[in-house]
Amino acid sequence: MSTVATTPTGSAPDRTPGVVRTEDSLLKKVLGRWETLILVLIAVVFAIGSGISSEFLTGESLTTGSSDFTEYAILALPLTLIIATGEIDLSVASVLALSSALMGYLWNQGLPMEAILPICIVAGAVCGLINGWLVTGLGLPSLAVTIGTMALFRGLAFVILGDESVTDFPTDYTDWAFGNFGGTVVPNTIVLFLVLAAIFAVVLHRTPFGRSIFAIGANKEAARFSGLRVNRTQLKLFVLSGAIAALAGILLTLRNSTAAGNVGTGFELTAIAAVVLGGVSIFGGSGTIGGVILALILLGGIQKALNLDPDISTYWVNIVFGILLIGSVLGPNLAARFREARRTRNRGARPFRPGRPAAAPSGPEGEGNTDA
Amino acid sequence: MSTPVSAPPGPSAPQGPAAVAEAEAERVSTGRRVVDRLIRARELGLVVVLLAIVGITGAIEPNFFDLDSIKETVLNVAIIAVMTAGMTLVIVTRNIDLSVGSILGLTAFLCGDLLTKHPGMPWIVAVLVAVAIGAACGLLNGVLVTWGRVPALVVTLGTMYALRGVAFLVTDGRQINAEDLPDSFLNVGSGTLLGIPTLIVVAVVVILLFWFVTRDYAWGRQLYAIGSSGRSGGQAAKLAGLKSDRRVTQAFVISGALAGLGGAMFAARYGTVDATAGDGYELRVIGAAVVGGVAIAGGSGSVLGAAIGAVLLGTIQTALIVLKIDDFWQQAIVGLLIIVAIALDRLIANQSEALLRQRSARRRTSA
Amino acid sequence: MSAVATTPLVALDGASRSFGAVHALRGASLALRAGEVRALMGENGAGKSTLVKILTGVDRPNSGTVLVDGEPVVFHSTADSRDAGVAVILQEPTLFPDLSVAENVVMGRHPRRSFGRIDRPAMKKSVQDLLDRLGVDLDPDRPVQGLSIADQQIVEIAKAMSFDARVLIMDEPTAALSGREVERLFGVVRALQARGAAVLFISHRLEEVYEIATVVTVMRDGEVVHDGPLSELPEDELVRRMVGRDVNQLFPKTEAEIGDVVLDVRGLSREGVFYDVDLQVKAGEIVALAGLVGAGRSEVVQAIFGVDQATEGSVSMNGTDLPLGKPTAAVAAGMALVPEDRRQQGLVMDMSIGQNATLARLGEMRSRGLLSPKRERAEASQWGERLQLKYGRLSDPVGTLSGGNQQKVVLAKWLSTKPRLLIIDEPTRGIDVGTKAEVHRIINDLASEGLAVLMVSSELPEVLGMADRVLVVFEGRVTAELSRAEADEERVVRAATGRAPVTEEIA
Repeated sequence: MSTVATTPTGSAPDRTPGVVRTEDSLLKKVLGRWETLILVLIAVVFAIGSGISSEFLTGESLTTGSSDFTEYAILALPLTLIIATGEIDLSVASVLALSSALMGYLWNQGLPMEAILPICIVAGAVCGLINGWLVTGLGLPSLAVTIGTMALFRGLAFVILGDESVTDFPTDYTDWAFGNFGGTVVPNTIVLFLVLAAIFAVVLHRTPFGRSIFAIGANKEAARFSGLRVNRTQLKLFVLSGAIAALAGILLTLRNSTAAGNVGTGFELTAIAAVVLGGVSIFGGSGTIGGVILALILLGGIQKALNLDPDISTYWVNIVFGILLIGSVLGPNLAARFREARRTRNRGARPFRPGRPAAAPSGPEGEGNTDA
Repeated sequence: MSTPVSAPPGPSAPQGPAAVAEAEAERVSTGRRVVDRLIRARELGLVVVLLAIVGITGAIEPNFFDLDSIKETVLNVAIIAVMTAGMTLVIVTRNIDLSVGSILGLTAFLCGDLLTKHPGMPWIVAVLVAVAIGAACGLLNGVLVTWGRVPALVVTLGTMYALRGVAFLVTDGRQINAEDLPDSFLNVGSGTLLGIPTLIVVAVVVILLFWFVTRDYAWGRQLYAIGSSGRSGGQAAKLAGLKSDRRVTQAFVISGALAGLGGAMFAARYGTVDATAGDGYELRVIGAAVVGGVAIAGGSGSVLGAAIGAVLLGTIQTALIVLKIDDFWQQAIVGLLIIVAIALDRLIANQSEALLRQRSARRRTSA
Repeated sequence: MSAVATTPLVALDGASRSFGAVHALRGASLALRAGEVRALMGENGAGKSTLVKILTGVDRPNSGTVLVDGEPVVFHSTADSRDAGVAVILQEPTLFPDLSVAENVVMGRHPRRSFGRIDRPAMKKSVQDLLDRLGVDLDPDRPVQGLSIADQQIVEIAKAMSFDARVLIMDEPTAALSGREVERLFGVVRALQARGAAVLFISHRLEEVYEIATVVTVMRDGEVVHDGPLSELPEDELVRRMVGRDVNQLFPKTEAEIGDVVLDVRGLSREGVFYDVDLQVKAGEIVALAGLVGAGRSEVVQAIFGVDQATEGSVSMNGTDLPLGKPTAAVAAGMALVPEDRRQQGLVMDMSIGQNATLARLGEMRSRGLLSPKRERAEASQWGERLQLKYGRLSDPVGTLSGGNQQKVVLAKWLSTKPRLLIIDEPTRGIDVGTKAEVHRIINDLASEGLAVLMVSSELPEVLGMADRVLVVFEGRVTAELSRAEADEERVVRAATGRAPVTEEIA
């Protein structure tokens, strides 16, 4: 399902009916997987990283590097599901901020944390419900809707808390968010992420709900004609995205022991970058949670490595992320086009026997999106 | 005998064909009028909302009508409006350009830097350099989208990051201050041309130019055609022999160039530039276009409508300040407005579609 | 005239085209002469589409040549073929929905005035002239959005005429048209023919072919197997040439025991689309919804199934009312819908054969709460076997299958839900003649096992051959209900065109 060829390519290959596909060997299958490529990149980054600084591959580095990436990682999980249905949610970072601001406001009002946390999660879910209703109920494009709610929710965060920040959260909560799991080097927040990731992976890949997500992303109409609950599924995903974004807001607030309306600006972009880099098609219909997790590790590793080198400007992170994001879609596209060009050149010859190239007058360029 | 169900050949329209045709023509033209009205209602509606805001704000706080206040509003809008014109071209082709804020940041700094280092240089050269750099960034976007077949959302998200990173590298922590810039340049930002602030003249010229081009020139109409056919796979544009890739690339180049122009305007207006200039502008620009009736799915919306959208958002911003409403509300209101605008668009579209369907159903039964 | 007629405007000489090991076209020749309407006949996969692609510059042959006025040329793109005067009208018009009719016609070739501006009055006038010449009443300023398919095709033809197309290729243009619209289209085709254009007409409907075409090219397995005047080729002979064997007994109707009412629809309406539909389907019964394309039959069954929202009326299954507009509830009540548009509605083309076959009952594919690939495979292959599905591997994308086999996957998807009612919309559209018979056999077998079947079909032989009862829909209303004994061609056609049974005879 997630070979390089079928994952993020922008255009459907022109299939020739009746052509028997050659059996791929297992080795070829593994090498051809998008995840394998990301793994190789991770290895490269980690090799370079440990070359840059001896601190890179230490437990301390792992702890700080991974906990710095907690919120991106958590936001990426529901986003993966939403993008797999062919929609997008740009408002997640604003929901995160709204959750943080709400947390600070309620704490100032003297509510106990036990009450604040569920209220924040519910508030996030309501934000998601608004997105979901606008998209499924009114049938508006999610890109436009969430550009709007991105401003709306961020604005509400400022309305709630203004430009002040709240810092006096109880230490037993902040300590947990700072702390590591048991005696290990793994932060508690990352353990929480891993648990969530496992749940998301099972839901997406091994349940009817997950299968219907892919079906909706690949062909919404056919999904509806198959009796799948398209609108309800998408609504659920937006609500889930809101609730999880609120959870990320809580974690960020506790980790920094600061609640403010301006936190998490631009987080949605890193999360989307991770999802796309992880091999989820931006048009929906394919992708894996595993790929997204690998992409998160890759991005986190790059950020940490660049941070450790005093000579490299930290702003290279932006440039590298941007190039990776584009490259993750461009690369497979170009590879597919290269294969296509080679096939065109060999056209007319039987498979397994190249023979002389057919004297075809200039093969068709580009994606002949033709179904006559 | 294999006979698919079809009307047996024979004389159709037995009674008074002329009368039927006449009635039909009348029905068609009323149908057109209704549709026209619904479409025009969009720009009109924006103007009405705009006037209402101005009126209410002015009634509560008369100094809203101060020349300075108005000038301030329009100046704030000028930069956004110029970028919105470019964004409209891109969105009309069913693409999006998230990189304009970063392009503005990069070009604003480079423009200012150039003038700081070469005080003798005519400012227009620096402006042209900013536009050229913006156009180059746009070209990169366009090529990646068309030749690379990478969705515009992904490409411009990537270049938004990368160009912001480049801006930070180039500035290297420096900041350009107004006192470093030649007065001739700063005068452009604060000065007037025939009594009108220069930046506003620039914005109006840009908007009218592109409104005109997209309305009255084949080049512009092709952008609409490309976006409109994109919803069904782009086959129509291909069959019409349109050079879609080239047009889309050109739209991105213009969007980039106008973001570059916006960068130069930013430097001239504020004098103070660092690497964060224009942060978040992409959303204000897209928001203005969407509020102005540019459909995110491509194929419809006008440069003029988008510009009115920009003015509307800018006016709300000033109105909030004048009314001493907490500044924090501003962003929330902008967001709400975007949502209301697209929701209204959808409702109007549904209405007119139902209307057309009923009409054609009636036409069938009566024919 | 006669001198012109001898040299074809456009011709194909010995063209071959292969995709890998598959030979889509083998040495095909075809000539399009002025004033001729040539029918191109052949089953799906016979090579018609490839031939059209080559003539329109979408694809190029491996060997052989395209000739324009007797001169060999190479069409590198659709623009090349257009410049040579070749225009193509596809089944699904490809237009710009947001733009006006006039702009759609002139797109790419806007008339200019001073400073290169678009000359709108000239544009409107030229398009109005074209539409007048075609004798159709369409407003050039109207947006294309909301036009019927038939009107959109007229816009396409106006477009073709606007650049003086001499050769018009029409690829199944009538598939989505009603009878009256087909007549109007044929009027336009005859007008073009009279003006000296050559027309290549592709259709699966034999009656239309005999009505409009003068000469015929028959293809089979990528080769041209017949080329000559249509009048010399009787219909059964034509079919034999297409199929390569005799096709008889297409409809092996088996008598089934008719049981209780399964589906009961009362007063179902959808504002502006169809009104006041009453219908019942009993167990073991095949009920056909006949009528012209566009009469609202697909809309009726889609509203029954719930993918479209009905505005009024009730639908009940086995005596229990169903909520309107809820396909999930319909499926739970034992309803199944095999839609008309396989690629868009029936299948998720990016998914595998196995995943498509189990998509309607994902809930049952679980073991211990999780989807079990093993169970999916077992289930899918079981149904594949029952329906004699021809496939490589269940994990292959469903798009690799032929049209007929794709239809079987859709059938497998729904039959595996063990439905009480099967709604099947155009069961054999786009399926070659051989597989058609197989699909008919399957439907008959299911009915004899006690399944209630509601079938929408535009093919009269299919309707008359299969149905126990025929409901005829005209302009969104049921105008006749005929038993198997009563149903004959004349009665159905009369009702389908809104004519009273016997009265109002037109001399």
